[in-house]
Amino acid sequence: MRRNAIILLMCIELMLNAVNLLLVAFSTYFGKGDGQVFVFFIMVVAAAEATVGLSILIMAYRNLRTTDIGLFNKLNG
Amino acid sequence: MSLALIITILGGLTIGSALMVVISKHPVRSVLFLVLTFFLISANYIMLNAQFVAVVNIIVYAGAIMVLFLFVLMLLNLKKENEPQTSMFTKLTAVISGGILLLVFTMAVKDGIVVAPVDELAATDNQIGLVGNLGNLLFTKYVLPFEVSSVLFIASMVGAVLLAKREKQTN
Repeated sequence: MRRNAIILLMCIELMLNAVNLLLVAFSTYFGKGDGQVFVFFIMVVAAAEATVGLSILIMAYRNLRTTDIGLFNKLNG
Repeated sequence: MSLALIITILGGLTIGSALMVVISKHPVRSVLFLVLTFFLISANYIMLNAQFVAVVNIIVYAGAIMVLFLFVLMLLNLKKENEPQTSMFTKLTAVISGGILLLVFTMAVKDGIVVAPVDELAATDNQIGLVGNLGNLLFTKYVLPFEVSSVLFIASMVGAVLLAKREKQTN
């Protein structure tokens, strides 16, 4: 199990891309453009969430000096 | 070189590159394989006649998000990581149970699409991926999510800048 927080965020992006690919495939299969518009919105949400996730990671790294997610279990310092 | 062969090879390359993202021990190699995966997925989109989505994928993911990841990786300055050793038996068990979950999901939705595409003419229409047609749909049927996503972007921008600001050292 990967414990690095950056790899975690990258795998989330990978999963979102998998869903995008599926939506585009079905949009082509049914001949409607709705799937691709939804892909557009998923990319919007993925970009916003990657940004905020990375900034949270930077702030946590400044305090804890590690990116191991097993050690992010103290709510107060 | 038939079209089916190209699509198959492309799909295999995409899966291989995505696997290398997860398997690599060094974080920088993971990031570079992820960039390669994004390019290959854009190629998949082009094969499916979705041109706008392909270009937006490259611009947004490979161009913006991966640059963010690389900057953060550079800031954190990680070395080759040493993680607790999970035995080969654990890994094999995880892969097999994941595969069984995939099988169950596939079988659950296998008969969900019971009809062929309703409108045969629309299904062979290869104009739906063009920017104009998608823009038409975006601004008529999906205009409310479009406006709301701008609010989302402002919120995430403000949040990211606020979170990453260095705190003032109070003496």
